[in-house]
Amino acid sequence: MSPGEDLLSALRPMFVSVDAAGRIAALGPTLEKVLGRVAGRPFFEVLEVVRPRDVQDATGLCASAGRRLHITARAAPETGLVGLAVPDGAGGVVLDLGFGIGVAEAVRRHGLTGSDFSPTDLTMEILFLIEAQRAAMTASRRLNNRLHAARQTAEAEAATDMLTGLANRRAADLALAALGEGDAAFGLVHLDLDRFKQVNDRFGHHAGDMVLKDVALALKGAIRPEDLAARNGGDEFLMIFPGLSDLARLEGLCARLIARIERPHAHGAARFAISASAGIAVWPGGPGSDPGALLARADAALYAAKRAGRGRAASAPAPTGASGAESGKSGRKFLPEGLDPPGRKP
Amino acid sequence: MHGLVNATLQCFVADTYGAKTWGAVLRRADLSGTEFEAMLVYDDAVTARLVAGIAAELARPADTVLEDVGHYLVSHARRAGLRRLLRFSGRDFRDFLHALDELPDRVRLAVPDLDLPRIELRALSPEGALIACRNDLPGASHVLLGLLRAMADDYGALAYLDLARGEGGTDVISVRVASEAFSEGRAFSLAAEGARR
Repeated sequence: MSPGEDLLSALRPMFVSVDAAGRIAALGPTLEKVLGRVAGRPFFEVLEVVRPRDVQDATGLCASAGRRLHITARAAPETGLVGLAVPDGAGGVVLDLGFGIGVAEAVRRHGLTGSDFSPTDLTMEILFLIEAQRAAMTASRRLNNRLHAARQTAEAEAATDMLTGLANRRAADLALAALGEGDAAFGLVHLDLDRFKQVNDRFGHHAGDMVLKDVALALKGAIRPEDLAARNGGDEFLMIFPGLSDLARLEGLCARLIARIERPHAHGAARFAISASAGIAVWPGGPGSDPGALLARADAALYAAKRAGRGRAASAPAPTGASGAESGKSGRKFLPEGLDPPGRKP
Repeated sequence: MHGLVNATLQCFVADTYGAKTWGAVLRRADLSGTEFEAMLVYDDAVTARLVAGIAAELARPADTVLEDVGHYLVSHARRAGLRRLLRFSGRDFRDFLHALDELPDRVRLAVPDLDLPRIELRALSPEGALIACRNDLPGASHVLLGLLRAMADDYGALAYLDLARGEGGTDVISVRVASEAFSEGRAFSLAAEGARR
């Protein structure tokens, strides 16, 4: 190498000089790592100028001075290079090459190290930034995933009764409020276990918890997918049946449910039986539904069932005045007494 | 305080001493149940309580604990990404040392809102350097000391380091490089492992 080429090698380790005959006269050590020992070979045999297309010989290279060249090595076409050609005043050119945007991939593919780049070259800083950015993105994604999972858990917990996995009071209130905004028919069943406290007192809270879980299973098994079964707290449960205001159907459902709950329970060596009472109230559809008032009617029906001897369901009369209201079904086993008519305007 | 600092303390204790110890530290610091997120910002007092809690739980002076944190940042397998970023600073340990005052700026490139204490290089020589570190974050110079010791090992250099308490909250670390190529050091390839296809 000439003294001038030594200087270039030190300053620009990816330079390549091309003589007037179009042969590679000299090249920098980093470029040699990428291209191999190519000194003396015709430039266009080793490299291809992809853009601009008209640069296909030494003359073209000279004429391209000042323009950005897109170049690939024929031996390593996947490594993109960018270049700048400067005429050397003797019919040849000196090109300075770089990896451009594909630098990280090129460094990996050709096993380049920090000493392959001049300290003034920003390649190391670019590689640093790429890794720093990847680390920051990873951290950010992890944080987002954790927050997302925490939010989903919080949302589920805010609507779930932790012991039984049923909906909780809050979820039931939200569902009722949603029903109150529409005109659709719906039914409510308020269910309360009979003498649950005695199970707790005699067999302990574990036994009581087991009973509550059993009952929750029974409730889940009794309802349709679109219905909601909630534990209001203690041994009180609420079932909401959107679109279902058929008292006979709800009474049948309650009878089956109570029979299921009355099956003997076992906890350890202990065997015991419990029962449940239920109050049913329906909104037959139409404007003016008031879930709060309907809930009060279901409550009243529940207490009527308790008064009538427990282990049974009672229905509140359908509210009067609502469109399509048909009450006075005589087939009900237990007609609660003392229930005030709703007295609400449609 | 940047969450990265608290999260680093959490990882250091959990990775080195186990999750139980970290739980005990949180109880001591009255922070039970806290999960530190590297990308959130916390009250400065929380960091001070954490450091005090770790020192008390491990029954060791805070300074030596912080030095271990610096060592952990470079040498623990789970912090390999940071170690790589540090290795971009220099080809060998001397190179790294002589570029140390760029470190806070480098860190800001990676984490724009993380302000590290100023590092000033004094008395640079082929044999070593004097490094002044402002303790804007209390104990930062001890973390730096541990980090430098670990980086010397990482590069395979044999270096002697010492910390002297300075005035006005500025400590001075003296570094004497006895041998640049004392051992093999750890391999470092510019290409990120994760980027391999």
